[in-house]
Amino acid sequence: MGKIKKIHTPLDKKTILSLKHGDKIFLSGKIFALRDQAHLRITQLFKNGKKIPFDIKGKVIYYCGPTPAKNRIIGSCGPTTSGRMDKFTGVLLNKGLAGMIGKGSRSKDVIQAIKSNGAVYFIAPAGAGAYLSEKVTSCRMIAFKDLGPEAVYELEVLNFPLVVAVDRKGKNIYDRLQMNCK
Amino acid sequence: MLRYVEAKKIEKVVEELCFEANIFLRSDVEKALKRSCCSEKKNSISREMMEILLENARIARRKNLPICQDTGVATVFVDIGQNVVIKGGLLRDAVTRGVKASYEKNCFRKSVVEDPLIRKNTGTNTPCIMHMDIVKGDRVKISVMPKGFGSENKSRIKMMNPTSTDKDIVDFCVETVKLAGPDACPPFILGIGIGGTTEYSAYLAKKALLRPVGKYNPKKHIQKIEKNIQKRVNGLKIGVMGLGGASTVLGVNIETAPTHIAGLPVAVNISCHALRSATCKI
Repeated sequence: MGKIKKIHTPLDKKTILSLKHGDKIFLSGKIFALRDQAHLRITQLFKNGKKIPFDIKGKVIYYCGPTPAKNRIIGSCGPTTSGRMDKFTGVLLNKGLAGMIGKGSRSKDVIQAIKSNGAVYFIAPAGAGAYLSEKVTSCRMIAFKDLGPEAVYELEVLNFPLVVAVDRKGKNIYDRLQMNCK
Repeated sequence: MLRYVEAKKIEKVVEELCFEANIFLRSDVEKALKRSCCSEKKNSISREMMEILLENARIARRKNLPICQDTGVATVFVDIGQNVVIKGGLLRDAVTRGVKASYEKNCFRKSVVEDPLIRKNTGTNTPCIMHMDIVKGDRVKISVMPKGFGSENKSRIKMMNPTSTDKDIVDFCVETVKLAGPDACPPFILGIGIGGTTEYSAYLAKKALLRPVGKYNPKKHIQKIEKNIQKRVNGLKIGVMGLGGASTVLGVNIETAPTHIAGLPVAVNISCHALRSATCKI
């Protein structure tokens, strides 16, 4: 197991280039929590040529719907299954999205889009929402309040523990599983 | 002799069970996680992730935080003794109020949408799913299982042929785990329902998850299948978060029921490692 790389958002091209699948990462800075319904709305806004409520260029999004906070910054906030977002991801990457955090595998199309846009996909410890909430230093709802737990949140994280699952060359840590699970 | 149970009492108990299930990792699950953690290679990434999961359980307990942000659809099993009379309200209303109160008070996530296609959130995490059974006696046994959908989404059912072999059953279960892969938060606990009808096998699969991890089915021929599935699934080496290693399942629980001469329903309910439930007898 290699040592931990510390990186910050916004992710510049040089940082993304330095990341390899399997690398252990501590990520700090701003990330944006959004999931299914927010993806649907954002891609519909793009389709209709409208503005979206925040800029995604160079940003990192986190597939997450946290529990509400009770006398703290945020409740439990682990990743949700990334695969459900696959059908929206290509559009977001083409608009300049730099990175994604979630859990589980991605489709071939998404991996290809990560490669052609020079982006990166990370996984966070899944089912460890209480643990991850301790790494969040601020949380603010920024869009789609009516979606409740599926609203868009801007989070500030410190040393958020991640693993690079798909790097900018399209190398995927789950390739190994394709063999076992054929 | 009839025994009267207040609806208010049931409401209170359901409220407490929702809290307990979401905050305190089941001791059998935690023990299984610890065992699996020890079987991972020292300094491996899998070992480190397993340690994070155990740390997560400790933080949740200490800070009254949900183990997982997906506090699920509250699935409530109620076994009512036939000598029980519910007083002062309807049973279903009491259970619903208990779930609603707990999810609001404890800041659990409200993940239930009113209509599966329109998808407007009810804002209360209700209605819940209720499975009721009338049993012998004068007690009410309630189990609450908050089931997240990362794993629920990967559950499957197959109507097999009555002449299918044990191996056919095992193959289907292993295939289900392959399809779930790293997406459904391995290491898993598999609840499997064999027999009955389509919907009854699915119910049994969910109910099987209430049985402690590591406690095998008392029927020897079923136990053999449980162990066989466990061995083959761990051989897939999906491991925690799909990162490889020794632990792809923590346990396999099969429940069976009589079925029709023409069929053999098999349902597999996948649970993530954060298998949550709590039970109380009134």
